[in-house]
Amino acid sequence: MAALYEGYTLCGLVPDQNLSSSGIQGIEEERDRDHVVVTDSTRSVTLYKVSDQKPLGSWTVKQGQKLTCPAVFNSQTNEYVAVTDNKVIRIWKEDDILLDKAFKATVSSDVWKVHCTHGGEPVVLFQRGAVRLLDSLLAAPQQPIEEVLAQEEAIRWSTIIVAETQQFIIITTEQKGEHFLYLQRLNPNSVQRYRLEREEPGLSPLSFSATYRDKHICLLYLYPNGHVYQSVLSVRGLGTEEGVQALPLPRSLLLGLPVGDGQLEAASAMALDEAHVAVVGVPHPSAGGGKDFLCIWNTNFQTLQAGKEMAGKIYGQLWSYSNKVFIPHGKTLSIIPFECPKSSLASALGKLKHTKTEESKTPNSVPSWNNILHGEKAQPSKSAETRRTRTTRKSQSTTNLTTDQVLELIKTAPVEEIQKEVEGFLTRAEFQDLQPSVGQLALTLVSRSLADPAFYSSSTLAQLVHTRCLCHSVCPDLVLLALEKKDYFLCQLCLQFFPDIPEAVTCACLKAFISIPDVDAEKVSLEPDSVKFMENLITRDRAEAGLQNGFSPTSSVVNDRQTRAEDVKKKASAPSQLSCPVGLHKAVLINEILQTPYSDTFLLPHLKDLSSQHVMLFLQYLQFLYLKYSQDAFPQMEGFRSPSLSQIMDWVCLLLDAHFTVLVMTPEAKGLLLNLHRFVKSQVRLVSELGKIEGSLQELRKMKAKESIGQYSIEIIELF
Amino acid sequence: MGEFKVHRVRFFDYMPSAIRTMAFNSQTERLAVARADGAVEIFNFNDNFFQEKVIPGQDGRATEALCWVGHRLFSAGLNGEITEYDLENLRPQYTVDAYGGPIWTISSNSQGTQLAVGCEDGTVKIFAILEERIQFQRNLNRHKGRIISLCWHPSSAQIAAGMTDMIKIFDAETGHATRRLLVDRAMGASKNKEVVVWSVGYLSDHTIISGDSAGKVQIWNGLTGTLVRTYLVTKWDVLSLVINASQDESSVIAGTSEGTVIQFQFISSTVDQHDKEWVRTRTFRNHSHDVSALAHTDTAVVSGGMDTQLVVRPLLDKVEKNTQESALRKIAFPHRSLVGCAKKAGLLLFQFPDRLELWKLGESEGHVCLMYPYFVCRFLQGEDHICCSALSACGGWLAYSTVSSVRLYRIQYNNTISINKVSKLPKELRSVHQLCFSSDSSKLFASSCQSSVIVVAVSQQECRYLHTLKHKTGEWKARMHLLCASDDGKWLATANTDCEIHIYNLHKMKLHCMVPVYNSCPTTIAIHPVTNNLISVHADQQIFEFSLVQKEYTQWSRRLQAQGLLSLWLERDTPITHITFNPKNPDHIILHDTYMFCIIDQSLPFPELNAVLWNQMTLKSLPVSQRIGQSHAFKICKSFQHLMCVSLLEDLSLVVVERPLLDIMSQLPAPVRQKKFAT
Repeated sequence: MAALYEGYTLCGLVPDQNLSSSGIQGIEEERDRDHVVVTDSTRSVTLYKVSDQKPLGSWTVKQGQKLTCPAVFNSQTNEYVAVTDNKVIRIWKEDDILLDKAFKATVSSDVWKVHCTHGGEPVVLFQRGAVRLLDSLLAAPQQPIEEVLAQEEAIRWSTIIVAETQQFIIITTEQKGEHFLYLQRLNPNSVQRYRLEREEPGLSPLSFSATYRDKHICLLYLYPNGHVYQSVLSVRGLGTEEGVQALPLPRSLLLGLPVGDGQLEAASAMALDEAHVAVVGVPHPSAGGGKDFLCIWNTNFQTLQAGKEMAGKIYGQLWSYSNKVFIPHGKTLSIIPFECPKSSLASALGKLKHTKTEESKTPNSVPSWNNILHGEKAQPSKSAETRRTRTTRKSQSTTNLTTDQVLELIKTAPVEEIQKEVEGFLTRAEFQDLQPSVGQLALTLVSRSLADPAFYSSSTLAQLVHTRCLCHSVCPDLVLLALEKKDYFLCQLCLQFFPDIPEAVTCACLKAFISIPDVDAEKVSLEPDSVKFMENLITRDRAEAGLQNGFSPTSSVVNDRQTRAEDVKKKASAPSQLSCPVGLHKAVLINEILQTPYSDTFLLPHLKDLSSQHVMLFLQYLQFLYLKYSQDAFPQMEGFRSPSLSQIMDWVCLLLDAHFTVLVMTPEAKGLLLNLHRFVKSQVRLVSELGKIEGSLQELRKMKAKESIGQYSIEIIELF
Repeated sequence: MGEFKVHRVRFFDYMPSAIRTMAFNSQTERLAVARADGAVEIFNFNDNFFQEKVIPGQDGRATEALCWVGHRLFSAGLNGEITEYDLENLRPQYTVDAYGGPIWTISSNSQGTQLAVGCEDGTVKIFAILEERIQFQRNLNRHKGRIISLCWHPSSAQIAAGMTDMIKIFDAETGHATRRLLVDRAMGASKNKEVVVWSVGYLSDHTIISGDSAGKVQIWNGLTGTLVRTYLVTKWDVLSLVINASQDESSVIAGTSEGTVIQFQFISSTVDQHDKEWVRTRTFRNHSHDVSALAHTDTAVVSGGMDTQLVVRPLLDKVEKNTQESALRKIAFPHRSLVGCAKKAGLLLFQFPDRLELWKLGESEGHVCLMYPYFVCRFLQGEDHICCSALSACGGWLAYSTVSSVRLYRIQYNNTISINKVSKLPKELRSVHQLCFSSDSSKLFASSCQSSVIVVAVSQQECRYLHTLKHKTGEWKARMHLLCASDDGKWLATANTDCEIHIYNLHKMKLHCMVPVYNSCPTTIAIHPVTNNLISVHADQQIFEFSLVQKEYTQWSRRLQAQGLLSLWLERDTPITHITFNPKNPDHIILHDTYMFCIIDQSLPFPELNAVLWNQMTLKSLPVSQRIGQSHAFKICKSFQHLMCVSLLEDLSLVVVERPLLDIMSQLPAPVRQKKFAT
C-alpha cells in the first residue's frame, strides 16, 4: 500500500501578494538524486542538497531582469542553463559567482522553456513551438526561428521524455478553447499533432504529467471537474506524415476524483508509477471540502492509498524526483517522501477469506469482494434453512405486518411476541427485499437490547443472522452485544456468516472464548455440525490409541524420520500431549475464530492483549489441531466446517509473532516452542519440495507449448 | 556467436520405401537391402554402417529376394526375372527371365556355383553361376503350389523348399523330393486357411527350421521328417527367419508381423547338460510393423520391414557392453542429401524416387512471415527412378539423372516461371552417378562410369561437352559418389567409395593431387570458398581439412587429429551429409547429421577431452564475459531433429529441412491388430 511519510521543509517561499502563485517557477534535478535546482519566479536560482535541506549555491540576475524559465542542469557539461527576459540564454557553472559575467546569448525569438534530461543535451523550446538543440542554437544565436504553432495558439505546458534513446518534447497548446498536443521527436526531428478530446465546455486541463513506460508515452491530465484521463501515445510509427493533421487523441478515464462543491482551481495530478497517481489540491473524500491535501490514488482499484493535509494554500504545483514529492504550500516548499509498492487487492483489503467448498455452496448475499472480482453472479437464493422455516412455520403467522409495523413492535413488545412476528415476517418476505429490512430489524433489536439490559432476544437475532443477509457493518454492535450477553451460539453464527468482522472484534471474541470456564462452555448449545466435527476429531484419537495396540502410526508426529527416535522417547507423554487441551465446546468456538477472515497487520496489535496463559493454551490447542491434521492425512470431513491446515499454521505464526519474547521467557512454553519449531521445519520442507515440483511442472507445460509447429515457420535461434 | 534466422521447412514429405528383403555378406561385411520400390542399398558394416551405394529402383521391379554370391549380388522378383547388379556403376547388369512366373525366393549353394529360385508355378529352378552371367541348368521335380521359400543344405546336396501347407526336401542331384513335412494349419476358425511357409532354414545337422503364416516357428528333423518342436510366437505371421550360417548355426532369428524379432538358440536347457535343444531366448521389439527382412551378423540382429527403418540390434553377449558397438542403431534416412539448395535464389529442390519438387522459400522480417514458401514445379520421372539431382546456385539450372539418362532444364524467373528442357545434351552425358554445377552456373560436372568426371559447359545457347577428367587412364576404378566444385571455379574435388579423394585443377583440366587415403568412406566433402581448403567428413565421424594449394593437411586438421574428437562426437550414429560455409565469417563451417547441426568455429580451441560437447545450455546460462572461456569450436544445435538438409543462404539465414519420423510413421498403413489391455 502506498504511503506518504513525514515530510520536511526545503525552503521558505515568497509568494505573491495575492497568493496566486507560489513564487517557484520550477524544480529540476541536478547532478544526482540528492540535488535540485529551484528557480523562483523572479530573479534567483538556488541549488539545494535535499537530504541536508541546505542551499549549496545561489545565483541572481540583475535588478530589472527576470528569469523567464526554470534553470536546468546540463550534466554533460556541468553547466546551468536559464533564460532571462525571454530572449537571453544564460549558461554558467557552479563556481561562477556572478551571473552577469557568465556566458549569454540573445536569440531571435522568445523562448518558452529549456528542457534537459539527465545526461542529455539541453533543448530549447520557443514560444511559437520551434525546437532547437542548445548547441546548434548557440552556433548561430540569431538564426531565424520558424513558427510551428498557429496564430492564437499558445503553449500551456511542455516536458521532455526520453524513450529508449530517443528524446521527445511534448507540448500542449490551447487555441480558441481547443487543446492540442504536439509530440516532437528530436534527431531526426518530426512532429505529430493530436487533438485532445473536449471535456465539458469551458474546462481546460489543469495539469499534465507524462511518463514513458512499455514503449509508450502515457499522458495523464486532470480537469477541474476532477476527471483524470490517460492517453497513451505510441512512440513508434511516428513521423510518417508531418503533423499537419491533428489526430484525435484517444483517452480513458482513469479516476474521477471527488471535487466537493465547485470546481478545482489549483490542482495537479502526477503519475508516480503505472498504478499510482499523486494528486494535490483535491479534497480528501472523507475530510470535507478542504482542498489542501496531497493524496496518492491507486488507479487500478480506484482507491485512495494515502493522504496528507498540507498547511496553507495549495498552488497546484507538484514535482517528484526519486520517490520524493516536492510541493509548495503556504509559505514553504515541502518534500514528502513516498512509497508505492506494487499493490494487490489482497494487500489493500486484508487477507482474502479462504475459499473453501462450503463457501461456494452457501449463497452469500452480502456482497463480497470475491464475487465482485471474479464476476460470480451470486444469484441470491434462499438457503435451505430459511426455506424450511418458511414452509413449516407458515401457519403460525397470524397477522401480516409490514416492516415498519414490525419495527415499531420491536421497540416496545415483549420478547415472545417479537420472536413470533419476526418469524412470520421472515417467512413472508421475498428474498430480494429481505436484505434492507433484516438490517433494520437487527439494528433496532440491538439498540433496544443495549438500551434495556433486561431485554434480549437471542433466538430472534439468531434467526436474523441465519438469513445471511446481515453483515457486521450493517449492525456493528451485534457481536459485542452477544459477547456481553454470553450468547456464544449467536457469536458462533456471526463469526460464521459475517464476512467483515473487524480484527478487534475477532480478538475480543477469542479472548472471551478462551477465558470461558470449560464447565460453562459445555452448557452452551452450539451449531451441531461443528460440534460433531470436533467430537470426531477427539474421539477418533482416543479410539486409535486404544485400538492400535502395539503399533502406533501416530507416534511419528512429523514426517521426520530423524526425530523418530526422539518421539519414541516422548511416547510416554504422548497421550497427554494428544488429548485436547480445551473442552469440546470451547474448541468448537475457537475453530470458528480460526476460520474468520483477517488481515494480520490489523490483528497483530490486538493479539498482543492476550495474557500469556491464554496464549499458551491457545498454542497448545493449535498444536493439538496441527498434530491431528498432519498425523494420518487427516480426511477433511466432508460437509463439516473445519479450519484448514494453513489457517492453523497462520494462527500459530501470528501468535508467535505477537508473543515471542514472552513465550521465550516462560519456562513452560519451552517444549511447545520446540515442537512448533519442528512443525515449521517440516512445513518449510514440504513447501520447498512443492516448489521443486512446481518448477518441473512448469517446464513440462513449456515443453507442451512448443510442440505445435506447422509445415513452415521462421524462427530465430541463438548460438553461443 | 550470434543469432540466425531459420527457415524451418517441414513440407518435404519424403517417404522412405518399406524394406522388402535383405542379405548380408559376411565376407565383405556388406548388407544389401531391397526396398519395395525396387531400390537396393548397400551398407558397409565395417565402416560405421555407412550406406555407401544406392541402386535406384524402377517401377514394376518388385524385388522379393536378394542373394550374395561372393561379391556378386543377385535379386529376384515378382516380375519373374533374376537380376545381377553392377555394384560399381550401380545399375542392373543383366536380367534373366526364369520363365516360371513370379519368383518368390532365391538362394545360392554354399560353394557359390548354383542358384536356386522358387517360382509361382511350383518349380525350383537351378541356375549355374558363371562369370559375368548365369545359365539355366534344370528344374527340380515340379509340384503343385508355389515355392515360397528355399534353403540349401550346407553340403549343397539337398534343398528345403517352403510351400503352402508343407515343406519339401529335394535332392539337388536327382531333383526328386525325398521328404514331405506337413505343416499344421492355425487352430480355431482359420483352420480352413492354408498355411504358408514364409521362411525355411536348413542346418548342417539336417535340422530344418520353418516360420509360417500361422505364427509358428517349427523345428524339424530333416533326416526322419519328424517335427521336433513347435513354438507359437505370434498370432500373426512369422515372415522371415534367418540362421547365423556363417558361425556355428546356434542361433536363429524370426521376424513377425507384430514387429517383434524372436531369437532361438541351440543351447542346453540346464547348466552342465550336454544335450542341447532349440530354446526361445530373446525378443526384440524395435518395429511397429511387419518385420519382413532379417539378417544375422556375428554380433547383431539386423531387421527391417514395413516401417522403413533398418534396425541394427547388437547381441549383448557378443559385444562389449556400454560401448558404441553395443548401441542400438536405427537407420531411417539415406546417408546422402536428397535436398538441393540454391543459396542465391532461395530455392529448395527435393528429390523423391519418382519426381523432383522445386520450392521457393518464404520471406520474412524477424519472426513475421511476409511471404510463405510456394511450390514452383514438379518434374515427374517415368519408369526409372532418379538417382541424383543438382540445382545451380542461381537457381537457373536443374539437372537430374536416372540410371540411363540425364535431363537438364533451364528455369527462368521472370514474372512467370518458364522451364525449358535442354534437348540436345552431349552424348557423353548418359549414365552418371553424381551431378554438380559450378558456383557460377556455367559448368556442369557429372561423375560417370570408369571413375571419370565429365565437364559440360552450359549456357543459354547450347550445352557443350568440354572435357573428361580422369585420374588414371585405363584403370577400372570405383565410382565417384561425391562431387564438389570450389567457389572460384578452379578446383573440383571428387570422392569415391574406395575412400579416395581426388582434386582436379579445372583451369588446366587435369588431376591436381590426391588426398591421402583414409580408411573410412567420406560422407561429404566441401571446398572452403575463402581458403580453398577441402573439408572432408568420413563415416567414422572424423573431420579433415586439406589445403589444396599446399597439398597437405592444414595445421587446424593436424591439431584436431592430435587432440582427438570427443567420444560423444564419434559415437553419433548418423553421418554428416552436408557442409556449408558462412560467407561472412570464413571461420565457420556448418555441417549436419540427422539429429543436430553444428557450426565449427575454427578460431576457437577444440574441446578438452573431458569437456562437455553440447555446451550451448551452459553457455546460455553464463554471463557474456565468461562465455569466451567456456566456449569451444563445436557449436551444436539440437533444436531441430530429423534433418534432411541444413544450408546457409546468401542472406545468412539458415534453411533447415526437417522430416519428423512421426510424420513418416503416420503415413504408414495401420499395423496388425494387437490386443493390448482391454481393447
